[in-house]
Amino acid sequence: MFTLSVSGGLIIAIGALGPGIAIGLIGAKAMEAIGRNPEATGRIVPNMILAMAFAESIAIYSLIFAFLR
Amino acid sequence: MPSTGPETLMSISGFHVTNTLLATLLVDLVIVAVIIVVRRRLSLAPGRLQAVVESIVEYLQGIIDQVAGPRSSLIFPWVAVFFIYIALSNLIGLLPGFGTLGFYSKADPWWGGFLYLHLPDVPLLHVSTADLNVTLALAIVSVIATNAIAIRTVGLGTYLKRFFALNPLLLFVGLLELLQEFTKFVTFSFRLFGNISAGEAVLGTMSSLLAFVVPIPFLGFELLVALIQGLVFALLTMAFMTMLTEPHHKEE
Repeated sequence: MFTLSVSGGLIIAIGALGPGIAIGLIGAKAMEAIGRNPEATGRIVPNMILAMAFAESIAIYSLIFAFLR
Repeated sequence: MPSTGPETLMSISGFHVTNTLLATLLVDLVIVAVIIVVRRRLSLAPGRLQAVVESIVEYLQGIIDQVAGPRSSLIFPWVAVFFIYIALSNLIGLLPGFGTLGFYSKADPWWGGFLYLHLPDVPLLHVSTADLNVTLALAIVSVIATNAIAIRTVGLGTYLKRFFALNPLLLFVGLLELLQEFTKFVTFSFRLFGNISAGEAVLGTMSSLLAFVVPIPFLGFELLVALIQGLVFALLTMAFMTMLTEPHHKEE
């Protein structure tokens, strides 16, 4: 009547670890760069968002597998 | 729990009118209305609405000019349309009434039918970007437009040379790039769908915990996510268009 399944949760939990660290590093480096050179904010922020999106796409793969499991 | 995905409100001879379709039409209506109003009262000293629209357009134009350079006028319309549609659709989805007004399949009234204690089974309006059909359609438009623009600007020969080269190492890289063209459909659509529907699930869970103060910080966060997801979709489209329309470099 009630089956417990953790595979989907495990897939997204483990799969999101790496991209989470990656996005944190990207954000940290971007903030560092903005701190060093505040005039370049307008150039850094779009590139930061792009890099974050690329890192995030790995988490999306595991999200899909979590849905499909 | 709020519903995820589209629900059919009614069928007109086999065509399902879903709640996400209604939301899409609402967003289209808002965009067209803003365009007509701003266009009619266009002036050199901008009013409040015109200033908002101008600042959005100028911000996007600034980013695209920096990245795409001479090809920015070719790329700008696509990027701007994606950003405006997706961001507005996400933002409108945060308004009260989305997901809370709707039809109940089984009556569970409280206070003599005056109040209902749970969300409707079939909401009248549902955020259109939390529907995988909508995001997949946007992704298909983005990828096909990118490749069509690339073929038109650099020519079919140069375009194919990007994916198929005689050098075995370059051929491997090219095949990886060809594979990336197909994974773009998946990543574009699931990024938007996942972010928005996850945000909706979080908001629904938080409001069911305590309806009054608890959801407010999450609403603020979702406001940010709504804008950033629109920006991410637009900027990724811009980056891929810029990459693919780049004139081919001569290998030494």
